[in-house]
Amino acid sequence: MTKTVWKLNSLKGALTLATLAALSGPVLAQEKIKVGFMLPASGTFAALGVAIENGFRMYVGEQGGKLAGREIEYFKVDDESDPARATDNVNRLIKRDKVDVIVGTVHSGVAMAMARAAKESNTILIVPNAGADAVTGPMCGPTIFRSSFSNWQTAYPMGVVAAKQENKKNAMTITWKYAAGEEAVAGFKEGFEKNGGKVHKQLTLPFPNVEFQALLTEIAAAKPDAVFAFFAGAGAVKFVKDYHAAGLSKTIPLYGPGFLTDGTLDAQGEAAQGMLTTLHYADELGTERDKVFRTNYAKSYKLMPDVYAVQGYDAAQMLAVGLKAAGGDVSKKDVFRAAVEKATIASPRGDFTLSKAHNPVQDIYLRKVEGKENKKLGVAVKGLADPARGCKL
Amino acid sequence: MDLATFLVQCLNSVQYGLLLFLLSSGLTLIFGIMGVINLAHGSFYMIGAYMAFALAPYLGQHFITMLLVGVVLAVVLGYLLEWAFFSFLYERDHLQQVLMTFGLILVFEELRAILVGNDVHGVQPPEWLAGSFSLLGMMSYPWYRVFATVVCLIVAAAMYWMVNRTRLGMMVRAGASNRDMVRGLGIDIKRLYRIVFAMGVALAALAGMIAAPMASVYPNMGSSVLIICFVVVVIGGIGSITGALVASLLVGFVDTFGKVFFQELSGMSVYLLMAIILVWRPEGLMGKRS
Repeated sequence: MTKTVWKLNSLKGALTLATLAALSGPVLAQEKIKVGFMLPASGTFAALGVAIENGFRMYVGEQGGKLAGREIEYFKVDDESDPARATDNVNRLIKRDKVDVIVGTVHSGVAMAMARAAKESNTILIVPNAGADAVTGPMCGPTIFRSSFSNWQTAYPMGVVAAKQENKKNAMTITWKYAAGEEAVAGFKEGFEKNGGKVHKQLTLPFPNVEFQALLTEIAAAKPDAVFAFFAGAGAVKFVKDYHAAGLSKTIPLYGPGFLTDGTLDAQGEAAQGMLTTLHYADELGTERDKVFRTNYAKSYKLMPDVYAVQGYDAAQMLAVGLKAAGGDVSKKDVFRAAVEKATIASPRGDFTLSKAHNPVQDIYLRKVEGKENKKLGVAVKGLADPARGCKL
Repeated sequence: MDLATFLVQCLNSVQYGLLLFLLSSGLTLIFGIMGVINLAHGSFYMIGAYMAFALAPYLGQHFITMLLVGVVLAVVLGYLLEWAFFSFLYERDHLQQVLMTFGLILVFEELRAILVGNDVHGVQPPEWLAGSFSLLGMMSYPWYRVFATVVCLIVAAAMYWMVNRTRLGMMVRAGASNRDMVRGLGIDIKRLYRIVFAMGVALAALAGMIAAPMASVYPNMGSSVLIICFVVVVIGGIGSITGALVASLLVGFVDTFGKVFFQELSGMSVYLLMAIILVWRPEGLMGKRS
C-alpha cells in the first residue's frame, strides 16, 4: 500500500517536473506583466489619481496594450491617502496580487511607506506624483523611481527667479506645518538666498487649517517685497483668494510652486490673475510632443490633461524602457535599472533623464496665470537635478 | 507688534469668533438643550456653503435676499430632518445618537458628491461688498469681512433677545435645565424641539453661507469645523447661549493671537485653552453646576 502511494507520487512528481520543464520558457514569456496601481480613488486627491491612471493607460494603449511584447494586467488598490493604512494596502499588491511593478502615489506620507515596502521586497516602484524629498533622498533604492518631481525641485527655481529676475530683496514664506510645505519653503529659501535675497520670516499654520486672516495681517504689517506660499487643493484656493481680498496682491507679489494654481484656477478666478509660479509643466508648452499628447488625451478621456496625467504617462514610459532592456523579464532588476538610468524619456513636458537617485532631471518652467491657464513664460532653471541629500546609491 | 497691527488682529479675532458663534449656538441648542450629540452639525454648515454656491448665480448680487432664502430653505430642511430622524433620538443613549448622526454625515457627503462633485468652488462676494478699505493705514480690510461681522452681530443680538426675553426663549431655557418639568407644565415639547432644531440647522447653514465667499466651498468642510464647535460648546458650558458667545470670542482671540505669537503651538492653543478652563471650571464658563 505504502509502496504504491510512493510510486504514484513519484510518478506524479516526474510528470509535473517534465511538464514544467517543457512549458516554463514559453509560459513565462506569455504571462502578463502585473502592474499594481496604488492611487487615491476617493477623497480630496481622487481626481489626481484618475489623471495619473489615465496617463499611464494611454501610453500603454499607444503601444498596442503591450510593453516589451508582453501584455499588461492591472491591479488596483485605493491608497485612501492615509499613511496609517499604507503598509497594509501596498502589501495587498505585493503579497496577494504578486505584482511586478507598483505605480503610486499622490500623498507623500503614503509614498514613503510604499518606498519602504518596495525596498524590502525588491519590487519595482514608480512614483508618479508624491514630492517628498526623502523618496529620492534618504529612502532612495535601486528599484525606486520617480516620474514627477521633488518638493525642493519645484520651489528652488521660484527663489532664483524672485531674486534675480524680479529683483526682490526680502521675502516671507507661508505654508502648512507639514513635510511637503516645509520642503518647498526650504527649496525657495535656498534659491532666493543663494542669489542675494533674504527670507526674514517663515509663517506656518497647522494642516489643514484655512483661517489665514491673522497671518495675512502679519504679512501686511511686515511689508516684505514678496511672499512665497505653498498650499494645495482647497487650501490653495482659499489662500490665494484671501490674499487678494486683503488687498495684498496689489502691493506684494505672491509666488509659489505650480500647485498653488494648478487645477484651482476655476475657483480662484480673478484673485490668481498674473501670479507667477514654477513647475515642470505648463498649459501651453507649444512643443510638438506636448501637442500630440494633449490632443490624444483630450480625445481619449474627454478631459484636458494636467501635470498629473503627464506624470502617469511618463511612469509608463519609464516602465517600457526598463522592460524592453530586460526583454520583458522583470526579474532582471539590474538590467532594468541600468536601462532606465541611461534613458532619455520623451515626456510631453520636454525630454528628461534621471538623476543618480532616480528623480527626473528636468527643466522647471516659469508660468504666469492668464485667464484659466498657467501659461509658460520661459524656463526658470534648465535641467535642474534634485540634490538628493542623504541618498546612497 | 505695533498698535495698529494689534487692533487689526483684534478685529480678526472678533470676526472669527462671531462666525464660530453662529455655528456653535446652533449646536448649543441641539446638543446642550435637546441632549442630542449631533455630529452632523458640520454638515449643515457645509450644506449652507453649497447653498450659497448654488444660489449665487441667481441671487449673488442680492446677497441679503440670498441669505434669507437660504435660511428659509434650511429651516424647512431642519424641520424635515427632525421629523424623519432626530425625533427618534431624544430618548436614545449617546452611542446610538453618535452612530445615527455619523451615518447622516456620510449620507450628506455622498449626496454632495453626486449633486455637485468633489471640486473646490469659489463664491464671489456681491459687487457692492467686493472691495476693501484701508484700515489704520497699514492694511486693506475686505468689506465683506465687515459685512460678515455685522450680520453675525445682528444674529447674536437676536439670539440673546430671543433666549432671554421671549416666551420661546423661556421654554428653551427651562427645557435645558429640566425637561420633565417643562413637559409637566403642559408645554408641547415635541413642537418646541422641532422649532429649536430647525433654528439650529438654520444657524449652521447661515454660517456656511456667510463663510462661503471667505472660505471657498469644498468637500469635508463640515467635519473640519465640527470639532472646534464642540470645543466652544464645552468651554461655554453645555446649554448656555451666552456661554457659547463668550467662548466663541475667547476661542477667536486665542486662535488668532496663538497663530501669530506661538507658531509652534498654534495647532493646539485652542485645546490648551479648553483644558485650562475645564480644570478651573469643569462645567464650562456659564454651565450650571450640578
